[in-house]
Amino acid sequence: MSLPLVVFLPFLVAIAAPLFAQGGRTAIAIVSSIPAIIGLAALFPHWETLAGGGVVHNSWEWLPALGISFSFRLDGLALLFALLILIIGLLIILYARYYLKKGENIGKFYALLLCFKGSMLGIVLSGNLLLMMIFWELTSLTSFLLISFWTHKQDARRGARMALAVTGGGGLALLAGILIIGNIVGSFELDAVLAAGDLIKNHAMYPVALTLILLGAFTKSAQFPFHFWLPHAMQAPTPVSAYLHSATMVKAGVFLMARLYPALAGTEQWFYMVSFTGMATLLVGAYVAMFKHDLKGLLAHSTVSHLGLITLLFGMGTELAAVAAVFHVINHATFKASLFMAAGIIDHETGTRDMRRINGLWRYMPHTATLAMVAASSMAGVPLLNGFLSKEMFFAESLQLNLPGIWAWIPPIVATLAGIFAVAYSARFVHDVFFNGKPVNLPIYPPHEPPRYMKIPVEILVFACVMVGVFPAYSVGPLLYSASAATLGGEVPDYHLAVMHGFNLPLMMSFAAFIGGLIMYSQRQKFFDFHARFKEVDEKAVFEAVVSRFVELANRFTARIENGSLQRYAVLLVGSAIVVAMVPLATMGIFVGENGLSPVDWPTAIAAAILIFCALASAFLHRGRFTSLMFLSVVGLLVALAFARFSAPDLAMTQLSVEVVTMVLLMLALFYMPSWTPLETSGTHRARDIVLALLAGGGMTLVTLAMLTQPFTSISEFFLENSKTGGGGTNVVNVILVDFRGFDTLGEITVLAIAALGIYAMLKDTALTPPPGDGEGHAWTRDAYPLMLKQIARPMLPLALMISAYIFLRGHNLPGGGFIAGLITSVALILQYIASGMVWTQDRIGIKYHNVIGLGLIFATIAGAGSFVYGYPFLTTTFDYITWPVVGKFEVASALVFDLGVYLAVIGATLLALVSIGRLSPHSAIRSPRENV
Amino acid sequence: MELVFALVIGALTASGVYLLLRARTFPVVVGLTLLSYGVNLFLFASGRLATGQQPILGSSASYADPLPQALVLTAIVIGFAMTAFVVVLSLRNLADNQDDHVDGNRKQDEDSEEAKQ
Repeated sequence: MSLPLVVFLPFLVAIAAPLFAQGGRTAIAIVSSIPAIIGLAALFPHWETLAGGGVVHNSWEWLPALGISFSFRLDGLALLFALLILIIGLLIILYARYYLKKGENIGKFYALLLCFKGSMLGIVLSGNLLLMMIFWELTSLTSFLLISFWTHKQDARRGARMALAVTGGGGLALLAGILIIGNIVGSFELDAVLAAGDLIKNHAMYPVALTLILLGAFTKSAQFPFHFWLPHAMQAPTPVSAYLHSATMVKAGVFLMARLYPALAGTEQWFYMVSFTGMATLLVGAYVAMFKHDLKGLLAHSTVSHLGLITLLFGMGTELAAVAAVFHVINHATFKASLFMAAGIIDHETGTRDMRRINGLWRYMPHTATLAMVAASSMAGVPLLNGFLSKEMFFAESLQLNLPGIWAWIPPIVATLAGIFAVAYSARFVHDVFFNGKPVNLPIYPPHEPPRYMKIPVEILVFACVMVGVFPAYSVGPLLYSASAATLGGEVPDYHLAVMHGFNLPLMMSFAAFIGGLIMYSQRQKFFDFHARFKEVDEKAVFEAVVSRFVELANRFTARIENGSLQRYAVLLVGSAIVVAMVPLATMGIFVGENGLSPVDWPTAIAAAILIFCALASAFLHRGRFTSLMFLSVVGLLVALAFARFSAPDLAMTQLSVEVVTMVLLMLALFYMPSWTPLETSGTHRARDIVLALLAGGGMTLVTLAMLTQPFTSISEFFLENSKTGGGGTNVVNVILVDFRGFDTLGEITVLAIAALGIYAMLKDTALTPPPGDGEGHAWTRDAYPLMLKQIARPMLPLALMISAYIFLRGHNLPGGGFIAGLITSVALILQYIASGMVWTQDRIGIKYHNVIGLGLIFATIAGAGSFVYGYPFLTTTFDYITWPVVGKFEVASALVFDLGVYLAVIGATLLALVSIGRLSPHSAIRSPRENV
Repeated sequence: MELVFALVIGALTASGVYLLLRARTFPVVVGLTLLSYGVNLFLFASGRLATGQQPILGSSASYADPLPQALVLTAIVIGFAMTAFVVVLSLRNLADNQDDHVDGNRKQDEDSEEAKQ
């Protein structure tokens, strides 16, 4: 239970923290510290288990079918990172309290920081790779928001976008890699993956998976050539840089390499990819850091270089190198976080970060200067500080690589070279900032020491640097051992933590690096001149250019596909459907299944022939719209007959009534439209469309034929058996609609309602003037409503209503039900509109159809929810029998209420749609039928 | 019988698709209606063709498959809603653009393209 608490508490507090922003910066800082303190307290009891080599698991199922689980896992490595995240996070919260100015959105800042912390803890404590992936992406998102915290700065926004694009892209690669690994292992659980190292490494997909996973790790940890985002992310507030870009987020990639070390490392591919990337990053970062005038820029590139060093150590593949890598993770986090904080203090107190202007600060802030100098010395690798220890181990390991011939020289030379640069840029940080003359034109003058509490986090971290540097075995020994054991997945090689290992080659290398670095710094002007000869590449400009090029390409591609012609889309849609269906259809051919063909009777054949003729006629004579519509209506009627012919009375009735409504609707619409379609498309286009139509029709014929002649099994046995006993009705179709699949029906009447409301909304403020005639010179009749129709329609209404009530009531047992009854009522009412006009009818009906729709949906929902009262699931039907006079024995089911809802919704929707169209014409209001009454 | 039924569906599909590809809204609406007839019949046919076996319990010895019928029943009503919506969309298009071409306001597009050039 304690692990998910550690992970999720920061998220919970992130929601609450902004509420305390009103209480001032101290209040919110205190609240934001809670998760870290509780987290540390929750992790503490596990130490004994971990020290004994154990692992703590907390897991719950989430989506077992996909292999995702809420699985949390704590071992030595996870503990090490969790401690870094929690402790440095705590210090950052304190530091940010003083760093942020009044009036800044501190609520947002702390909330984001907490979300980031939770995500980061999620990465290191996840016991499931997919769960880890989710947190991985969350860190990308939250870091994006943190980098762009000062949203008014364009550089901050761009830097954030670059970071998101690079790390997000890497995240995609990582996801693909994880999916491959999961596929190989058969599980995403970390325990299973770590145990399956040999299986993974011998798998054919290993090279792909490794490349993808390393892409994720390299982008996150700013490895060359993806390192460019990190310096630009320095637009973030300094607490963010100190936290994300030194101690935690950039370490996520390194963590991933350590985490999957037993599963992935030890192959040649691993060695070459990881160690060479690390080497390149180490050198590039160290070299560029030397030439940065921006204080944070120097630290950022130095971070890139140190991340390269850690990567290189993991790449070497020896066990001792992995131990050294883990050790350097700790050391780098401590000294780099303190340096960033010191840089933030300097920025805070002087108003600039330009090292050409900040000079001689020793006079103004000796306390901060001392702290920064100790931390910088650790960065340079000065003995008695923690940076020295891991750097010695690194030098020693660089000598141990079994490379052939002259290649064996490369790692130590690269290591020493990087050491020289590191000493040089560290020396610059110390000398240029705190000595080297007087400050030049500072925005804030004179600078002085920051508030007391702002220095405490730096002091704690610097103290840690010294402690580890002097008493490594006592201070960090057990933690390092436990983390190394977890990284290596078992045995830890013999290593010895001591300040001095005697006079040996690594010490010589350190010595060389010192002398070289100091010489280099003293001769820096020559190097600056040399460096200035090269044109500096502005990564941000390049990146922006690449991005805008992609956007342009994408736009052009979209414009090409999506040219605004609906006709073309339709052709593409139909065409691609045909292409997709063509392959299986071509192999199947004309297929008649086992059941064979049954004989045809003449009436059916004749009806089918008429139907086919009318369908084709409505297509070929489509230019005469009215003609086309008449043929369509015949088709609709024949479809209704087809349903009746093949044992579907409900469908036949529905189709028949829908047909009537549809025809009225289309004729009403046609009233406003031109009666003729002009001939526009060219002959070739029409030929193409005919070919497409014939292919589609032919394909459907083949598919239908094959389907109809195949034997099949249906799940309908269940419905037939339970319809009477469970649903209380003999009309199985209706029982399915209102009972078995009642929820579907509820959804469907909702769709109907939405469509009707959409129609109403679309036509609400629209006016259309119908064309004066039928397009052939015949004007519309100006006659009032036909008298005969009016006289017949009025007495028809009560009759029709009675029939619909009858159809409705018997629906559960005989063909009928809410849908059909609703349509019949609609038709009866529509007839009144046609016969007597909009206003006359509307005046007498006096109901808003919106309300009818709403009432219908409410009835249906209440009928469904009623079953909750009896403790049954939604839409469970209950029924009983009563005897009515005339009707006889009658069954009352709660489904009847549901069906009533359906009935009302259908009426409301149908009439709302038609009335909305009828109201369009400006004449309908003028032609008030009152005078005709 | 099966062949006849298949031909009916084929004819409905072919006519529907042809009209679907027309340039004016009204034929497209008619085409969609034809197509939905075809689709409804096809769905219905997935329960196979049975004569005189309506799924009313007690009315015959064996019953046609009621499930496709229930599905098609709602499909018919939803199909009507869809037709109504599309036809109203085309009316609105006509009202806004004084033109019933499926591509909406072509005149404006052409104008803006000319303006670009």
